[in-house]
Amino acid sequence: MEITIKLNGKNVTAHIEADLLLIDFLRSHGCVSVKRGCETSNCGLCTVLMDGIPVLSCSVLAARADGHEVQTLEGLQEEAEEFAGFIADQGADQCGFCNPGLVMNTIALLRENPDPTDDEIRAFLAGNLCRCSGYDGQLRGIRNYLDSRK
Amino acid sequence: MINIQKYVRAESLEEAYRLNQNRQNRVLGGMLWLKMGNGNVNTAIDLCGLGLDTIQETREQFAIGAMVSLRQIELHEGLNAYTRGAAAAAVRDIVGVQFRNLATAGGSIWGRFGFSDVLTVFLAMETYVELYKGGILPLEQFAAMKYDRDILVRIIVKKTPGDFAYRTMRNQRTDFPVIACGLSRIGGEYRVVIGARPARAMAVRDERGFLSGGLTEEGCRAFAGYVAETVPTESNIRGSAAYRTHLIRVLTERNLAELRGRR
Repeated sequence: MEITIKLNGKNVTAHIEADLLLIDFLRSHGCVSVKRGCETSNCGLCTVLMDGIPVLSCSVLAARADGHEVQTLEGLQEEAEEFAGFIADQGADQCGFCNPGLVMNTIALLRENPDPTDDEIRAFLAGNLCRCSGYDGQLRGIRNYLDSRK
Repeated sequence: MINIQKYVRAESLEEAYRLNQNRQNRVLGGMLWLKMGNGNVNTAIDLCGLGLDTIQETREQFAIGAMVSLRQIELHEGLNAYTRGAAAAAVRDIVGVQFRNLATAGGSIWGRFGFSDVLTVFLAMETYVELYKGGILPLEQFAAMKYDRDILVRIIVKKTPGDFAYRTMRNQRTDFPVIACGLSRIGGEYRVVIGARPARAMAVRDERGFLSGGLTEEGCRAFAGYVAETVPTESNIRGSAAYRTHLIRVLTERNLAELRGRR
């Protein structure tokens, strides 16, 4: 079947198999920031924005994304740079594998709630697992970014 | 991973229903549970183009489309005002925001999963399901039915004045619950719903009148004990049957205390 997805601002048309997952579609179109982690819809590594909403691309059929807009970190680098440096300053991302998913979900958080409390940050990012850190570094980084804007 | 031969975005409920009569075809919900399985699906039937992704609120009820996400339930002001936040409390620890943006109300209710927070909380309300061919029937009746080939269209929650509370015990945030406990008082009737026991959620009513004198500490303790004695539990990797039974009493008492504190 043929689908068209607006990927990072550009329409991409492709022939796909019916059971192709969005993560595989994205990676085959150069969006290698989208990482495959748990395969059980739990880790958040594969987070992308579909019509502006964070979703797990490992759990969406590419066919279902037909006609929709999908954004990956490749298309949101400018928005990510605003706060990613603050996370890096905390040494929060160690192996870095979870980082693209965390950054994508943080973008979604800050769009929905520009001034979240620490508890709201923890709740929104609860679906992003990191096996290197204890999450405190990421929280401090986001908090520092938010404080820097005041 | 499941293998899908063909994908169809249904253009009508009739088309979806017709396709679903073939046992090799499957209706897609959020696809989160479905993708965990192995096997072959001839045609995956997607309801995402049928406008079933909204919560319609009227003076009498909420009509929740089958494709409404759990995140929509979490954030819906009207539903959470009516349920005193119980709807949000039931879904907010289900994995993460990204998961809840995909998981659907219809998929959760249709699945009638033993671990389901969604089934548990809606059983505590005056809830009905609308099936394409089967019409409208109480959720409690639907929850006891065997799977068939009908299509779940909407979940309907009547705005009967009442009060609600919801608690779970989880080994860690975002995991399945060890036990889930919904409580309602609708029209003077107290109803406790226990989910993740770990079988399908079941409701227990105050048929013996433990709370007929109001939410006294003694009455609450006695009713919570009755619920714990009545609800069958089993053991699995998350907890033993005895632990679950203990938790049922504790969470029921805490939910009752929450209602008492609001009066």
